[in-house]
Amino acid sequence: MADSVGRQVDSINHATEEDEKKHEIIGAKGEGKELTKEEKQRLRKEKKQHKKNKKDDRGPPEKEKEKEKASVPAPSKPATQSPAHKAAPVPVNASASESPVAAEKPAKSKAELRAERRARQDSERASKQGKKEGGQQSTSSKPKATPNELQPVVKRLPDHVQVDDPVALKKLAKKLERQQVPLRSDYGYKVSLFSHLHQYSRKNPPTQQISIPVTVIHPSIVRLGLQYSQGIIAGSNARSVALLHAFKQVIQDYSTPPNEELSRDLVNKLSPYISFLSQCRPLSASMGNAIKYIKKEISNIPSQCKEEEAKRILQECIDSYINEKIILASEAISKYAIEKISDGDVILVYGCSSLVNHILCEAFEKQRKFRVIVVDSRPRLEGREALRRLVKKGIRCTYVLISALSYILPEVSKVFLGAHALLANGYVMSRVGTSQIALVAKAYNVPVLVCCETYKFCERVQTDSFVSNELDDPDDLIVTRNGKTHLENWQTVKSLGLLNLVYDVTPPDFVDLVITDLGMIPCTSVPVVLRVKNVDQ
Amino acid sequence: MNESIILFIPLCSQIREDPDVASAVAAIRSLLEFLKRDQSETILGLRENQTKAIQRLEETDSSVAVSSGGELFLRFISLTSLEHPDLSQCKNVMIERGELFLKKISLSRGKVGKLCHTFIKDGAKILTHSSSRVVLKVLENAAADNKRFTVYVTESQPDSAGKLMAQKLHNLNIPVTVVLDAAVGYIMEKVDLVIVGAEGVVESGGVINKIGTYQMAVCSKAHNKPFYVVAESFKFVRLYPLNQQDVPDRFKYKADILKTVKDLNQEHPMIDYTPPSLITLLFTDLGVLTPSAVSDELIKLYL
Repeated sequence: MADSVGRQVDSINHATEEDEKKHEIIGAKGEGKELTKEEKQRLRKEKKQHKKNKKDDRGPPEKEKEKEKASVPAPSKPATQSPAHKAAPVPVNASASESPVAAEKPAKSKAELRAERRARQDSERASKQGKKEGGQQSTSSKPKATPNELQPVVKRLPDHVQVDDPVALKKLAKKLERQQVPLRSDYGYKVSLFSHLHQYSRKNPPTQQISIPVTVIHPSIVRLGLQYSQGIIAGSNARSVALLHAFKQVIQDYSTPPNEELSRDLVNKLSPYISFLSQCRPLSASMGNAIKYIKKEISNIPSQCKEEEAKRILQECIDSYINEKIILASEAISKYAIEKISDGDVILVYGCSSLVNHILCEAFEKQRKFRVIVVDSRPRLEGREALRRLVKKGIRCTYVLISALSYILPEVSKVFLGAHALLANGYVMSRVGTSQIALVAKAYNVPVLVCCETYKFCERVQTDSFVSNELDDPDDLIVTRNGKTHLENWQTVKSLGLLNLVYDVTPPDFVDLVITDLGMIPCTSVPVVLRVKNVDQ
Repeated sequence: MNESIILFIPLCSQIREDPDVASAVAAIRSLLEFLKRDQSETILGLRENQTKAIQRLEETDSSVAVSSGGELFLRFISLTSLEHPDLSQCKNVMIERGELFLKKISLSRGKVGKLCHTFIKDGAKILTHSSSRVVLKVLENAAADNKRFTVYVTESQPDSAGKLMAQKLHNLNIPVTVVLDAAVGYIMEKVDLVIVGAEGVVESGGVINKIGTYQMAVCSKAHNKPFYVVAESFKFVRLYPLNQQDVPDRFKYKADILKTVKDLNQEHPMIDYTPPSLITLLFTDLGVLTPSAVSDELIKLYL
């Protein structure tokens, strides 16, 4: 116990040493000198080291006494932690790097630390083995399970499809706590087949738990998150565009902290925002691709670029992304789609897809004679919005609910569907009900055309709608008719579960044609497009 | 310039009279000749003239292959950067590549024949539709390989092209029987495999071929018989029909009928579209492809 206290004293001493060094450097900066790249790198290395030491500190004492743990973070926190530090890459600590610790830690030798680390890993592995045998749903094979240093490249399951695994939940909770993002709790009884997904209630938005003023999360992101969770902004394109605009605002208000580089720090700043947004509503494939693009652009900013210049470049990148991938893409898709609309057609559309509405409006302007059948479904009733837009243009429309589908299909000559994402095996992920429409259309031999921009193509593969989906608020299914609300107390009935799915996947056999901004392709050619895109980048 | 086009249309039809050459190959040959004698001053002018020539050729012969072959020819010769400052040098480069293209496609039928004949087993009974020179080449190769097989050919009205095919097969000493178009369902249980040619291969992986092919494909699917299509790669065309109605009229009817007749509803279409779900494999000079791989190849060819 004595030497553990001694170690803490050492760390505190070290902390004050670090502090002095920092003050020196800040002083130097105050004189108007910019930190050189090497100095920044050195500072970064020292920070990493310090974090490592703190972790090692916490390691053994954790197993011994809680009290000491409480005392260690308290003094070291004010000395070392600042917003910039918190954003520093933590995974560096997790990796088994052999960086020299001896210089900072005279009390412990390198070998002892390594032995301690290995002992800790062994114990964790043992506990994990026990859990695995317990028959719990385990995450994909962890690299820690392999005894040697070589870690195979493993694809981890995303957090939002592991809700019934307590280990994954704990990890997520820890991560959110570190990023100071509120954790949203699930609501209501979940149908067992979908218990691995989140189910939130619209009445408890995550913004309730955020204090005002908010320091970590930018206000435009908070507003965006609220708009997502309340369903004010809905639809794949709308969400992506809103996200990109919010990021533009964030970049505008961003200022590089003194010892950091914009290209690294900004990416780290965005992580808590993204966690917050995925707490409000799980990210869509299009949003994921947009975020990947932004992160790539940010990390490609040359380090000698001035902040104003870098910000301008990023704003331009975002603008051109929106312009090319969304606006111009929809123009190109309309051009191809109009070739497929002939006079006298009866076109069936489902729900409200901004792209399909745009195509129909363009075709109408180009004097094509057709009429539209809008199919709608509860609880979202998005078809009404589509109906409103089309009727405003002057297009002849009919409105049916999805239960009347097989009645109306013999009249239909073509079906136009929008997509939320196109998966790498050719499956189309779209609003729930789409696969039903495609199935019945196939049975009636009616061609099914899916319209999708290429930025919604994702590398994921899925063959059913269970594995990865989104559960909406189950209270949406409660409806009052003739003054009676039958499902009002559904929570009290133990055997009753309300399921409000948002997406489903349609197999490629039911889809005849996919219209993208690159042209008309069969559903099975999605991997070709992805390959071509990767080559371009 | 117009005179030179008029000069070469008869040349094209003359070449067509040589029955062994595909109409698309003859068209491309005449396009190449036209290019050689073209007097334009700019590369853009050359391209425009070529496009106009292709249009004129399509008007004489409305087959899909002419249009696809023409477009591929144009892309092939003008696709890479022509950085030579001198126009005549550029033209020479284009002509060279045109010759290369022509040579490649003249050899394509042989390549297809070599690929496909291994799928014909000894003692097989083959069903084919109408008259296709590629199918003939395949059967020729199989016969040369000392395989014994019998062939059933449909009559293929209205031009009785099947009878011509039967005559040619007879000359190769292959036992052949001519059946009525309406007897396809009847004969399907006797045959082991179906091989047809194609006038055009579309983006979805489906094929456009003589009318009656779609029926044959549906029957063979119902009987679970493999349905093979043999086609050269210059027949790949950038069309995507959704159903029979979606095939453009300029391919469905013969060129002279399109010009003279007012109400096309009274006319019989000459071709139909077979969707990819009914096709087992496609044999091309690019290799043996599944229908879904056609789109991949098309992207490579056209982009």
